[in-house]
Amino acid sequence: MSTSKANPLPAQPLPSQVVKEDEPILVAAAKGGDISAFETLVGRYERKIFRLAQNITQNKEDAEDVMQEAFLKAYEHLGEFQGNSRFYTWLVRIAVNQALMKLRKRRPNQVSLDEEVDTGEESMPREVEDWGPSPEERYKQSELSGILSNTIAELEPSFRIVFQLRDIEEMSTEETAETLGLSIPAVKSRLLRARLKLRQKLNRYFRQGENS
Amino acid sequence: MNCRSIVRELSSYLEESLDSTLKASIEKHLEHCDDCRVVVDTTKKTIQIYCNSEPAPLPEDTKLRLREALMQRLRRVRA
Repeated sequence: MSTSKANPLPAQPLPSQVVKEDEPILVAAAKGGDISAFETLVGRYERKIFRLAQNITQNKEDAEDVMQEAFLKAYEHLGEFQGNSRFYTWLVRIAVNQALMKLRKRRPNQVSLDEEVDTGEESMPREVEDWGPSPEERYKQSELSGILSNTIAELEPSFRIVFQLRDIEEMSTEETAETLGLSIPAVKSRLLRARLKLRQKLNRYFRQGENS
Repeated sequence: MNCRSIVRELSSYLEESLDSTLKASIEKHLEHCDDCRVVVDTTKKTIQIYCNSEPAPLPEDTKLRLREALMQRLRRVRA
């Protein structure tokens, strides 16, 4: 008897947070004036913060400004960081606020995170094709990065920002809601929408037989 | 449990935040519904691919400008 259908998804958690153990030590040293400790933190997170800023603003210059401002603000306000969350989560919050300001400045009439979205029942997705195991391995690293950033760029801001915080930065629903000033049900409904839309858009790259 | 309910509970199912009764009824549905099984599996893969993706290296000039901005501010803070 085959067991694959009886247990279609092995009980495996979604990718867990990887906490660098030395982060609190580096933060404490930076708080004490050790500039090289802060530079280590910058070097560790600059790529992620730049990607976050680019995914939100969809503009390279703005993303660079956001990244710079986020690190500068983090350094200046390091004394206020209480260590109640990871330093990275705190940094992400600063960067998101900067990025949202940029985005609203560029598109003042288009970006409203708390705008009511259609919360009607989600229907069953139409494109249902298996991707096979590890579909991402069919692409080179640089190709995959391009596919992922172009695909997320096609989402409306309120969907892509919630997805970015929940599924890329691995913030909790509560942290995401607090950072964006949204209710928890609003975060959940946007996240479901975003996940389904991305799944559908990635289908063209990952369905079996594609690029294989 | 029908296909629509599976989609509605999809996030909670993937995050393993459902109670055991609801989880069991979803898994029972997945045993005989290929479409839902594929939707669950490909949505899970979507999340994993994004979550595990490495950000591209920063362009050298972007990196340089970040270092310069930091140094400038640090000098100002220390002055």
